[in-house]
Amino acid sequence: MSTWLITVGLLAAAAAAYLLSLFKARATVKGEVSKLHSRLGYYGSYAAIWTILPALLITFIWTAAEPQVIRSLVEKDLPQSVQSQPDALKSLALGRIASVAEGLPKLSEDEFKVVEKARLGFAPMTDAQNILQEKGVVLGSTPEPYVISAGYDQVIYKQNSRWMITGIAALLAVLGFAYSYFSIRPRLKARNTVENVVLGTLIAASTVAILTTVGIVFSVLFETIHFFSEVPPAEFFFGTVWDPRFTSVGRELSGAEGQFGLIPLLWGTLFISFVALLVAVPIGLFAAIYMSEYAGPKLRGFAKPVLEILAGIPTIVYGLFALVTFGPFLRDTGDLIGLDIAASSVLTAGIVMGIMIIPFVSSLSDDIISSVPQALREGSYGLGATKSETIKKVVLPAALPGIVGAVMLAASRAIGETMIVVLAAGIAANLTLNPFEPVTTITVKIVSQLTGDLEFNSPQTLVAFALGLTLFAITLVLNIYALYIVRKYREQYD
Amino acid sequence: MATQDTISSPAAASSRQLNDPALLRRRYSAERRFQAYGLAAIMVALFFLVVLFTSIISQGWTAFLQSSIRLDVTLDKSEFTDADGNVSDKAIRLANYAKLGRDALQNALGIEKPGRPEKRKLKELLSRGIDTQIRDVIEADRSRIGQTVPIWLLASDNVDALLKGSIDRDVPEARRQLDNRQVAWVDKLVEEGRLEKKFNWGLFTFGASSQPETAGLGVAIIGSFFMMLIVALVAVPIGVAAAAYLEEFAPKNTLTDIIEVNINNLAAVPSIVFGLLGLAIFINFMGLPRSASLVGGLVLSLMTLPTVIIATRAAIRAVPPSIREAALGVGASRMQALFHHVLPLALPGILTGTIIGLVQALGETAPLLMIGLVAFVVDYPVTPMDPATALPVQIYMWASSAERGFVERTMGATLVLLLFLFVMNAAAVYLRRRFERKW
Repeated sequence: MSTWLITVGLLAAAAAAYLLSLFKARATVKGEVSKLHSRLGYYGSYAAIWTILPALLITFIWTAAEPQVIRSLVEKDLPQSVQSQPDALKSLALGRIASVAEGLPKLSEDEFKVVEKARLGFAPMTDAQNILQEKGVVLGSTPEPYVISAGYDQVIYKQNSRWMITGIAALLAVLGFAYSYFSIRPRLKARNTVENVVLGTLIAASTVAILTTVGIVFSVLFETIHFFSEVPPAEFFFGTVWDPRFTSVGRELSGAEGQFGLIPLLWGTLFISFVALLVAVPIGLFAAIYMSEYAGPKLRGFAKPVLEILAGIPTIVYGLFALVTFGPFLRDTGDLIGLDIAASSVLTAGIVMGIMIIPFVSSLSDDIISSVPQALREGSYGLGATKSETIKKVVLPAALPGIVGAVMLAASRAIGETMIVVLAAGIAANLTLNPFEPVTTITVKIVSQLTGDLEFNSPQTLVAFALGLTLFAITLVLNIYALYIVRKYREQYD
Repeated sequence: MATQDTISSPAAASSRQLNDPALLRRRYSAERRFQAYGLAAIMVALFFLVVLFTSIISQGWTAFLQSSIRLDVTLDKSEFTDADGNVSDKAIRLANYAKLGRDALQNALGIEKPGRPEKRKLKELLSRGIDTQIRDVIEADRSRIGQTVPIWLLASDNVDALLKGSIDRDVPEARRQLDNRQVAWVDKLVEEGRLEKKFNWGLFTFGASSQPETAGLGVAIIGSFFMMLIVALVAVPIGVAAAAYLEEFAPKNTLTDIIEVNINNLAAVPSIVFGLLGLAIFINFMGLPRSASLVGGLVLSLMTLPTVIIATRAAIRAVPPSIREAALGVGASRMQALFHHVLPLALPGILTGTIIGLVQALGETAPLLMIGLVAFVVDYPVTPMDPATALPVQIYMWASSAERGFVERTMGATLVLLLFLFVMNAAAVYLRRRFERKW
């Protein structure tokens, strides 16, 4: 049976176990439920957990391991001539076997019998080949007999494995139920067991976040190491030319390897982020100062949510705006005043990205400025300072570390931003100081290296993971340091 | 002493200066300038917002209209019969619908015996999607074969552009997509009331297409729906459980500190990195199919998890401790206090946080590009394992298409996406207002 069916069956069994144990618990105290240690429902849940949990765990573990086990069994039975072949040819043979194994269940019962006979040697193998070819199974030009045998074996192994796991799950469910059912006594601490299981589930849920981080680090790291085995790290980190030579055909023709220099991409990323911060920091900071120090509740109640809308707009929309409206507008304006501005340029992407991160700067700075104690301001007023002098000389210096933290968070957001730069920054890896020219960024190259139909193991694809790791490392350092500053700063005045 | 000197003499000097009216004026005008900068900053931000929305709405609203031509199509029986004269499925599938449409158009315009170039020009007025339209009419009722039926057929994207004014009639004929005769035909059709702009339902129902007039968001909407469903089923239970543990049970130790920092950091990891994770783990390691909305949903779940956790923790923290203590006081266990009292009271906050997480997931594009959701999918996905796209990804794909008709569609799709987001945000605000409690 499929894992899905087993799960449904186990759920039904658990429901039955719940009811049966409920009745038994009630019967043991002759209906006086106040004599039970726990409330009645806990006895039901207790039995249900014992019935479903071990069986379900085993089923899931086996389902995850099954493909590898069957594969190794099939591989072991292959003829020596196939086993000694290089890996590439071997995986080709395994692919053919898999397609036979997929085709077999589509056969009718009679047809399947013929294949079975052929496998066991009672019928010529060609019969089986003809039947499979009729069903559209790709067997290759010269089908070897072992392919069909192995395919047939794989199907049988799979069937047996399914029967086995169904049996084991059923057995575990019955055993678990029996154990829990017969242990029901008035003094049984059913609630404590149930609550411990629930607590375990809660703990497991809270580790998912950690597992995600670990998953990110390991998956990216693993592929990056793979990449560095083909391209030396020094060439990647210090190379100034980005020219991945997309196809292997191109490599053969020109005889040159691809060049994977990080520097131009890193420069593009930092340049665009710098422009974005030039836009976002003054606007965001002044907006935050005005909202927390000057604005009345009415203006504040209007402006704050409206600014948050800027943060809620999907980045693809900003990208589209940059591509369709803002880029051409900048280019035409440039023409008017005699500047040569490309439609997709550092300026286009940077300014639009700056608009996007205004709310990150403003809302965090707003919180931080508001948390500066009132006493500091009043002390300053008492000395005769005007409001703006108080802000400039007292409030901002006191809030500075927090604001720096906010700006760093915004910078990390800008560095990792993808859609705006994909649509509006350009694709040529330029090392330029001119903000009117297109550059490209780390994120753009991750997207362009991975969206084509490339074979996965080429350095052209793997470089995306090295870029991803670089990006992750940069933003991680920025985030952790910024969060540390913001947090420490908040505690200072709390 | 030195200190006294520094206090007394500048103090005397500054008291003179403080009374100086010129200085006061300067200080006050500096004050006004400073305030104006702040106001200007807010205005600039608002201005950007207005420009953004006006540019999208002004370029996108026409996508909700689509030109169609009402033609009396003669469903000539000989077109739908095979060699032995019977109507068959195969013959219906292979019929020359372009010719049927062109003949009907020719009759409507009263052109007799058109030559080859004229035929081509007539054909250019109709969309290539009319095949499906006429076939659908026949499949709905086969007895119509042999009759003449009025059908609203899609006009081509150039005709659509002309009616919407994006093809300029004053441009010299050689550089215009439609020549003078075609323009005259279009005008005639409009005059006779045959050519009209109707509401574009196709935008919501069609799948991928290389012609703008038959390209729609159908597949993307279903794909996005599947992904939202998966996020709601995966991220929300896990997020709520994790938040409940961290708020109510977790001891204060290094491990919980690590979890805390980790969650906060995860919320700020660039979304594209989650795409790399999905590609490496879900597709390469676990062998799930590319382009499936299941993988997209899982990646988005991991991405929204921190949002849900942070929102739920805030909601749980807002429930006053007295509630917990009262429950514990009458003999409830901590688990009972959590599930019977704290979580139900925190529910509105949790729901609001969930919707915000879903909004974030719905608008996300970058990680979906990594896991193959950039696909040309014509058929509706039936299960989350089928190839699909998502709304923002569809926008990205249309944005990279060259045809003029796609610019309008891209903006229209953006409006649809923003509308969805607006509705979800409004729901979150409503929930917060409706159920918010002050303790």
